[in-house]
Amino acid sequence: MSRRLFVVIGLIVVAAAFYLARRQRIAGSGGEVLQKTSTASPAPEFSLPTLTGEKLDLANYRGKVILLDFWATWCDPCREQIPHFVELQNKYRDQGLQLIGISMDDEPDPVRDFYRQFKMNYPVVMGNAKAGELYGGVLGLPIAFLIGRDGRIYYKHIGAGDLAVVESQIVSLLRQQGRFKDSGASSRTLQ
Amino acid sequence: MKVLFQNGKITLAFAATALTFASLCVAYQASSIPASRLINPDELVKILQSSRSEKPLIIQVGFHTLYAQAHIPGAEYIGPASSPSGLRQLRKRVESLPRNRFIVIYCGCCPWGHCPNMTPPDDALHGMGFSNVKALYIPNNFGADWVDKGYPVTKGE
Repeated sequence: MSRRLFVVIGLIVVAAAFYLARRQRIAGSGGEVLQKTSTASPAPEFSLPTLTGEKLDLANYRGKVILLDFWATWCDPCREQIPHFVELQNKYRDQGLQLIGISMDDEPDPVRDFYRQFKMNYPVVMGNAKAGELYGGVLGLPIAFLIGRDGRIYYKHIGAGDLAVVESQIVSLLRQQGRFKDSGASSRTLQ
Repeated sequence: MKVLFQNGKITLAFAATALTFASLCVAYQASSIPASRLINPDELVKILQSSRSEKPLIIQVGFHTLYAQAHIPGAEYIGPASSPSGLRQLRKRVESLPRNRFIVIYCGCCPWGHCPNMTPPDDALHGMGFSNVKALYIPNNFGADWVDKGYPVTKGE
């Protein structure tokens, strides 16, 4: 009986250790805050330098569904999302999806390295405080906006998003506002 | 396993080892700054608004565009402390300070468990002998856990 009691006590101690450590660990685990922008306000226009020094003007992408992603190379949730964004770009480019990354890194060199390493297939520009303020304040990363073909913001994702949700919103915008060839892809979840 | 259950001492030893292993695992999963070295936003606000409390040197150790958009009034920016240059700037800033100086470091770039910018400066400051360092615990990001709460902010470089 005493031996069994020792075993039970030992298991309770281990379970308690995990529980207490998890409580101490974190209150915010990075869950997504998703806001559907009920008023669909116009996306603020900007002109920012790309990694090769040219200027990228958001206005030039009117007519596309845009996923505008504020990120940084040292931000783990951002890094985890980007390969999936690359997949989305490949999947829906012909349907009118355009991803644009706005890096909030202090310097472009690590961004260029990251761009090559992760084989990013969409333009990345170097952001600044003004760009952040234009979009309501980018006071944490990642933050992503889904902009419709009409140039209005329909969704805002704060934190690492559920990619299935993001994809379904993209498909919804592509369908609503233009020709969309439904190959059944929208029912599949990005892995 | 049969031996384990038959011998109480071995069982206790196993439990102690498992407990230690579990604690280590969790420590590596998240910021390793112990709770005793954390300060919550509401606590810091009380200190800042009090006429009696010693005011800390506040250092933002995150990214510059965040600092420029909004930072705690009086906070200084030294660069992302996950980078060698950021840590160099931090060491340079504090090296002449008395080692009992009250210092608060904060970032708020991303959720606490993912932030790469807090543990390195905390380790560096303690390694330099600073005994009164607190890390501002920001669970989600600076926007949600400070600005949106109505705590004091200022903008600018």
